[in-house]
Amino acid sequence: MSDVAARLRPPGQPLGPTVLLVVAAALPLAFLGVFFAWPVGAIMIRGVVADGALDLNGFGQVLGTERTWRVIGQTLAQSVAGTLLAVLLGVPGAYVLYRCRFPGRAAARAFVTVPFVLPTVVVGVAFRSLLVEGGALGFLGVDGGFAVIVAALVFFNYAVVVRTVGAMWAHLDPRAEQAARALGASPWRAFRAVTLPALAPAIASAASLVFLFCATAFGTVLVLGGPAYGTVETEIWVQTTQFLDLRTAAVLSVVQLVVVGASLTVSGWSRRRRESALRVQADTTTDHRLRAGDLPAVAVTVAVVAALLLVPLASLVAGSLRTSAGWGVDNYAQLATTGSRGTLEVSVWQAALNSVRIATDATVIAMLVGVAICVVLSRRPRHPGGRRALGVFDAVFMLPLGVSAVTVGFGFLITLNRPPLDLRSSAVLVPIAQAVVAVPLVIRTLLPVLRSIDPKLREAAAMLGAGPGRIFTAVDLPVLGRSLGLAVGFAFGVSLGEFGATSFLAQPDRPTLPVVIFRLIGHPGGDNLGMALAASVLLAAVTTLVIGLAERLRVQTPGAEL
Amino acid sequence: MSAAAGSRTAGGPTEEGPTEEGPSEEGPSEDGLAVCRLSVRFGRVPAVDAVSCAVRPGEVLAMLGPSGCGKSTLLRAVAGLEPTEPGAVRWDGVDLARVPVHRRAFGLMFQDGQLFPHRDVGGNVGFGLRMAGVPRPTRVARVGELLELVGLDGWQRRNVATLSGGEQQRVALARALAPRPRLLLLDEPLSSLDRALRERLASQLSDILRRTGTTALYVTHDHDEAFAVADRVGVMDHGALLQVAKPSQLWRRPGSERVARFLGYRSFVRGADLQAAVGEPLCDDLGPHDLVGLRPESLLVDPAGPVAATVLDHRLTRTGTSLTVEAGRLGAVEASAPGAHELAVGAGVRLRLEPAAIAHLPGAAP
Repeated sequence: MSDVAARLRPPGQPLGPTVLLVVAAALPLAFLGVFFAWPVGAIMIRGVVADGALDLNGFGQVLGTERTWRVIGQTLAQSVAGTLLAVLLGVPGAYVLYRCRFPGRAAARAFVTVPFVLPTVVVGVAFRSLLVEGGALGFLGVDGGFAVIVAALVFFNYAVVVRTVGAMWAHLDPRAEQAARALGASPWRAFRAVTLPALAPAIASAASLVFLFCATAFGTVLVLGGPAYGTVETEIWVQTTQFLDLRTAAVLSVVQLVVVGASLTVSGWSRRRRESALRVQADTTTDHRLRAGDLPAVAVTVAVVAALLLVPLASLVAGSLRTSAGWGVDNYAQLATTGSRGTLEVSVWQAALNSVRIATDATVIAMLVGVAICVVLSRRPRHPGGRRALGVFDAVFMLPLGVSAVTVGFGFLITLNRPPLDLRSSAVLVPIAQAVVAVPLVIRTLLPVLRSIDPKLREAAAMLGAGPGRIFTAVDLPVLGRSLGLAVGFAFGVSLGEFGATSFLAQPDRPTLPVVIFRLIGHPGGDNLGMALAASVLLAAVTTLVIGLAERLRVQTPGAEL
Repeated sequence: MSAAAGSRTAGGPTEEGPTEEGPSEEGPSEDGLAVCRLSVRFGRVPAVDAVSCAVRPGEVLAMLGPSGCGKSTLLRAVAGLEPTEPGAVRWDGVDLARVPVHRRAFGLMFQDGQLFPHRDVGGNVGFGLRMAGVPRPTRVARVGELLELVGLDGWQRRNVATLSGGEQQRVALARALAPRPRLLLLDEPLSSLDRALRERLASQLSDILRRTGTTALYVTHDHDEAFAVADRVGVMDHGALLQVAKPSQLWRRPGSERVARFLGYRSFVRGADLQAAVGEPLCDDLGPHDLVGLRPESLLVDPAGPVAATVLDHRLTRTGTSLTVEAGRLGAVEASAPGAHELAVGAGVRLRLEPAAIAHLPGAAP
């Protein structure tokens, strides 16, 4: 290790920080190597190796079919449309919720996050319940398809844009925009010329995240798409579980990895070009009361929140309260049971407890790994080689985001079930899988904030005698404060709602809430559907509560220590 | 001792290269800071090019130079914030190459303060003491003492975001001084402040550095600041250290025309020409081929003055009237007059030389 450190060390540069950086880089690399690269790699190899020899015929066969190209086209179309809409609607939302001050803002911020943490299957069911005969939008006669899926994707990803862009916006020094106004720019011109470019890193970051979520959406598409509609992700699942064609699934996984890798590279490149040290300020001083000029943004936000977010959620809650005998809480009372005809092995309450425990473990793992990665990625190496290495790291750590959770879960099953690592019967497998899924989100939440810290602030601490570790706790951590809470909330929410990988890995006697919900939906007899809706409401309530609490963890008083 | 004198006897051009007072001239004492042929490169561009200098204990050395001359980079290299290649930074004779930034016990004050935004004033000033493991009661006492020193008595609980620029720099100074650094590095500490405040703070800063016996390396582009604060002043340009000397020495005997121009000498005349124009001997050692640097303050309007000149241009300044005149053999030079004068372009004026305000440069080759 010290050899490596010595070689990486620029002349005249002290040794200590470099060793710490190498360790900080090595730990998450090892984690993702074992729990991501190996399982996913094993699946990939199935696609390109036949009978112990390299065989690329599978690609020709799979890519030669019209079905594959239709699936790829639909994936790209829904991702582009979903991303554009989420950004267009989300930026005004970020402004209203993070730059304006009004009563109930904290509640509004928490509310827009709710859809994001809902299990994708439940999002699908909520939208479907709107469109079926008797639903609020039943008169449209639409039954799933492209428009509905895009609406559901925007519903799901609106919070990503609002919160990522909002966190940056809240920290933005308003004086640059004021300078533009003083130079004769109209509010709109000043926004376009000054604020928007300053927000560009956050917007690019959010857009790439949303694009990846849209491209790998699973549950939503499965429920809303219908038989004629499929994306790469659902196709992998269909091929794996319905046709048992692992080879085709593996080839499709490679295709997905290529698309995702390309989009990550493009977004990382564009982001780096624009990212610069923004002056971070205390966000308490930069917001203002709502004023007349905010009307368009407020109108857009209210419309989105009401029509896109509130209606499906209301439909979900209404459904959970609808019983065979009219309205009542019967479905909630049923949560203490194992469902009609013993559909479940444990009660829903028990599953909820499992979910919370597993998500807690997953969050701890994801935060440890994610923060270590952010520390490495936020450095600004002097040498071009170091900068290139960081660029590669940046993309590598984002890969788990784009690889389908289904692939990860399935990969775990075929690699971690035998020595040297036999974890299939271990209870740590599910939290680890969820952490792998949550890590990129933690990075995307923390990294822009860490990168916006003026490096001179760290130098000031070093000059006053703070070693690398103390610099982190004294400078980085307090600035991260709020974002750490946010990242914990995100990681916990994602873990609670994670379904793709968990569905493969959860032990039958230790299911999580989403697994139970999916099971109930799959067996819709008796009270099961009502129970599924009630359980979804429960899940939404728990996650909202947790994220609300996480937000309050942040440090507000000057001089306070984390 | 004087570089100007030294190079003069050598008789060669002194335009390039560090002229004087390398560490070799510091005598056998290795106390304090010694910088030996230090270079810092950004890519292929040398930002600091083989600079050697020394700061003795208790001394304040100012590095003066235009923006981008490498003086801040030199400072950061001494702090350990820039990798150096090649060259050495030594303290009391000990090479610091392997000593990381936070173990050098140097203090650094930034141009823009760089106060920790999440800490109050007391938390900022006490930061270095906490890093050093100073027990709380001592820390509290020391913070109070320093805030008193910088004139912010009792400001411990204030939020740094609410401070004015001058107040922030006072806090930054207190913060840098609190752990009693062996060497205080100041990077344009007053440059972001307005002139009146800068002048007031410069004298206070000088006073504080003297009273605390602080050894300091002070980087600035402002002459007044450098001369107000420093025991010795170095002039840097394009990464090279041109000259280091006491302020008065630097002022009267700049080592080269480049240094003199940077100090504000705008026209240069041959010693013989000046002698002839003034009509009396100026000083003993002024050779006919030596150059004399002139500032507006060097030639004063005086009806009884020996030099006849014609006004080409004039304008009012803070201190009086500044003129450009055509003065016979001296050519177009600048002159000044105390107070506001109404002068017509083309009018004749008489000038007298102020011998204390001229620079004596080593002569060019005959």
